[in-house]
Amino acid sequence: MNATFIEYVVFFSAAVMILGGAIGVIAMKSPVHAALGLVLTLFGVAVQFVALGAHFVAVVQIIVYAGAIVVLFLFVIMLLGIDRTMDLQVEPIPLQRPLALVMGVGLVGLLGAAIVRARDSLAINPGTGLAVAGENAGHDANIQQLGASLYGDYVFALELASVLLIVAVTGTVLVTRRWAKSDGESS
Amino acid sequence: MIAAIEPTWYLLLSALLFSIGAVGLLIRRNPLVMVMCIELMLNAANLSFVALSVQLGNIDGQTAVFFVMVVAAAEAVVGLGILVSILRARPGATADDLAELKG
Amino acid sequence: MLDVLWLIPAFPLAGFLIILLLGRRLGEPLAGWIATLMVAASFVVSVGVYIDMLGMSSEERSSVDVIFTWIPVGALHVDLALLADPLSIIMCLFVTGVGALIHLYSIGYMHGDPKFTKFFLYLNLFVFAMLLLVLGENMLVTFLGWEGVGTCSYFLIAFWHTRESAATAGKKAFVTNRIGDWGFMMAMFLTFSTVGSLSFGVLNNNAQSGLLSPTTATAIAALLFVGAVGKSAQLPLFIWLPDAMAGPTPVSALIHAATMVTAGVYLMVRVNPVLTVANDWIGPTIAWVGVLTAFFAATIALAQTDIKRVLAYSTVSQLGFMFLAIGTGAYVAAVFHMITHAFFKALLFLGSGSVIHGMHDEQDMRKMGKLAKLMPITCGTFIIGWLAIAGVPPFAGFWSKDEILLFAGAESWALYVLIYATALLTALYMTRQVIMTFFGTARWESHADEHGAHGDTKPHESSPLMLIPLVILGVLAIFGGLMQLPHLGIIPDEWEHHLEHFLEPVVGFGEADITNTWADDHLVLLLILAIVCSFVGIVIAWLIYQKQRIKAFEPKLFAAGWYYDTAITWFMGNPGRKGFEATAAFDATVIDGAANGTSVVVRETATEVRKAETGYVRQYASIIGIGVVLLLGWFVVIRGII
Repeated sequence: MNATFIEYVVFFSAAVMILGGAIGVIAMKSPVHAALGLVLTLFGVAVQFVALGAHFVAVVQIIVYAGAIVVLFLFVIMLLGIDRTMDLQVEPIPLQRPLALVMGVGLVGLLGAAIVRARDSLAINPGTGLAVAGENAGHDANIQQLGASLYGDYVFALELASVLLIVAVTGTVLVTRRWAKSDGESS
Repeated sequence: MIAAIEPTWYLLLSALLFSIGAVGLLIRRNPLVMVMCIELMLNAANLSFVALSVQLGNIDGQTAVFFVMVVAAAEAVVGLGILVSILRARPGATADDLAELKG
Repeated sequence: MLDVLWLIPAFPLAGFLIILLLGRRLGEPLAGWIATLMVAASFVVSVGVYIDMLGMSSEERSSVDVIFTWIPVGALHVDLALLADPLSIIMCLFVTGVGALIHLYSIGYMHGDPKFTKFFLYLNLFVFAMLLLVLGENMLVTFLGWEGVGTCSYFLIAFWHTRESAATAGKKAFVTNRIGDWGFMMAMFLTFSTVGSLSFGVLNNNAQSGLLSPTTATAIAALLFVGAVGKSAQLPLFIWLPDAMAGPTPVSALIHAATMVTAGVYLMVRVNPVLTVANDWIGPTIAWVGVLTAFFAATIALAQTDIKRVLAYSTVSQLGFMFLAIGTGAYVAAVFHMITHAFFKALLFLGSGSVIHGMHDEQDMRKMGKLAKLMPITCGTFIIGWLAIAGVPPFAGFWSKDEILLFAGAESWALYVLIYATALLTALYMTRQVIMTFFGTARWESHADEHGAHGDTKPHESSPLMLIPLVILGVLAIFGGLMQLPHLGIIPDEWEHHLEHFLEPVVGFGEADITNTWADDHLVLLLILAIVCSFVGIVIAWLIYQKQRIKAFEPKLFAAGWYYDTAITWFMGNPGRKGFEATAAFDATVIDGAANGTSVVVRETATEVRKAETGYVRQYASIIGIGVVLLLGWFVVIRGII
């Protein structure tokens, strides 16, 4: 079915946000500016999620990614005081910039070619698992489906993910802790 | 709902975002910015996951996105923690200065 | 008794083990008696087997006793097997018999020596190895014994190892033997690759039935002959035998007169079918090597002053006689002479040991003389040995030497003349030795004044333990000829050619047939010539040394062994040394260089490759990125896969 005009507008605006933010991340001299670019990208992605109907994931994206992770980045920048600009003019490793360019162009080109070529053969095969909620389902249908999937098929992975989080937190606390200087340096 | 816009566009967008993130990883020397570029790449993956999930009508794609986010968060935390401890000892270090594994 | 054939080598082995474990506690003389008893027991079993064999017909006289399967590897199947046939039993008889007598003698001779038990340890081990050699059913068992006797020879020659001369002589013997061993080993390899088995039976059957090509047979025969030349001290590898006299006299008697040096002769007789089907030049080569060695050694013996060295060169000479016999196809004569030689040479060596003992370790004949009255039994038995070796009838040596002369004459007159001259020289130098030692003027008086340590300064007769073997050997030397009497009118038919009939199944194929030759027709003439030869030699020597009518002919050339030894020493010292040093240098630079060079190459390569590990994460990332692009490119573009 043909998309409506507004859907195109939404898509392209979100795309501009995403790409603009991404280029900002890689091109901005100051890390704080780079972090802001990252936020822009994340927001763009969240808009795309909503446009696709994956409401839960969109909200989680904003809360976790933009809300927690980027804030963490900014905290670290402030803590370490490395908001001073880095010199982007000089590239100490030879051939790095050309190689990066080649890699970038190559990736885009090849991936693009693969995607375009696969357009017609993209199988409409839902596979196993719960179906995405239809258009006429309730408002919280997406959450329901996602929840059923998580606590149904992937409950094991869910539990492991929670363990992972605990381990990560504990590990980080230990790594960054300043030990009392009894014998030898702190890490 | 089946996306009105073809998933191909979303996949192309995701590919572009991924490449930008990869190039950024190679170019930038500030370790924090390098981690941000990794986040970009992860986001690109998330985008294509969701687009295909809607296209194929299978909720598993979005479950995957959920887990990717969990892991990305944990990874960012740990990575930043390590960076903090290193940069505390050597303030102003770039990725090029952390070359102890030089053979 | 044939089923206990394995007892024959087992007894000396048991003796060796007993003395090895308990020797120090047994002490002197019990260790000696045990060793002697073991060898005597072997002798008894050998006699038993021999008697059994006499009762069988000549075809079934060969039996194989397999002890265990030694090497079952693919195509190579070798058993530790013993072969009892006429030849091996004859060898066993005189090896164990003479061996037992020498053991008995040694109990007396080695009395007071601090290493008494060790001596018998080695002696028993030697007898065991020798028995393995002669009883071996295949080349590998024989080779085991061959190497064993070589090793024991080294041990025993260098027995008094604190003496420089003894240690050097031991090494010389071993190294020279090794050159011969190389020939034997090559022959074994060749035999296995052509015939497919190392068994003597298979090899001889192949030769007899024409399955062995003449070239192969020639090669095998030539290589085995090289081994025999080393072990039996022929030209050019005889240099170790005279130096080996540095060992105790019983060792010289056992090893260098009666047993080890005869191993080469045994080996040649054992493979006589191969020698027969080999090319025509093999026989004459062996014969000429033998006769030249005999002549050569006899000339050297003429000028020696050490009592044992005369006998050593005499042994080399007599072995030359045996090889001449083999070369002319007279295998029975070779075996006959081997047996009689064992009797009289062992007798002469033991006698000389008795003289040395009585003269308080004096070996120089110029300091002896007029010992006949002081050592009557030694002198008497020595004279018997002398007459035997000189070839005076009816002593044993006469008959065996005559057989050899007969076959030599049937082959070619050149051989006959040379060997006749050698026989004359033999009689000459032996008579010289007897006169210088036992008769003439007593030159030991001035020497005896310096040696007061023994209590009495006069030479004395030896103990009964040493004299009994001398007497027994003397009897054997007198009557030993009876086993192979020739075809003369006056001798009754049933007394003739005992040995030949007994050995017929073994050597029948190869034995030369000399009927209707000039030599065979004039048998009696040749017999008389031989008698004349020995008498002429004795008379000349008597005139020179006893009556002093003719001047002694002992040029320096002979005394120094025709400078053969010195030539070898010079060669090894100069050109030889240059060769060795060049080889060592080659090894150090090329071979070691290659081995070390590979490690250097690896290290250099690694150093270069290490430069890729810069430590820059971004560089690693870029490499990964490029790799991903390439991989993707291949999949998408070339293979068309999404």
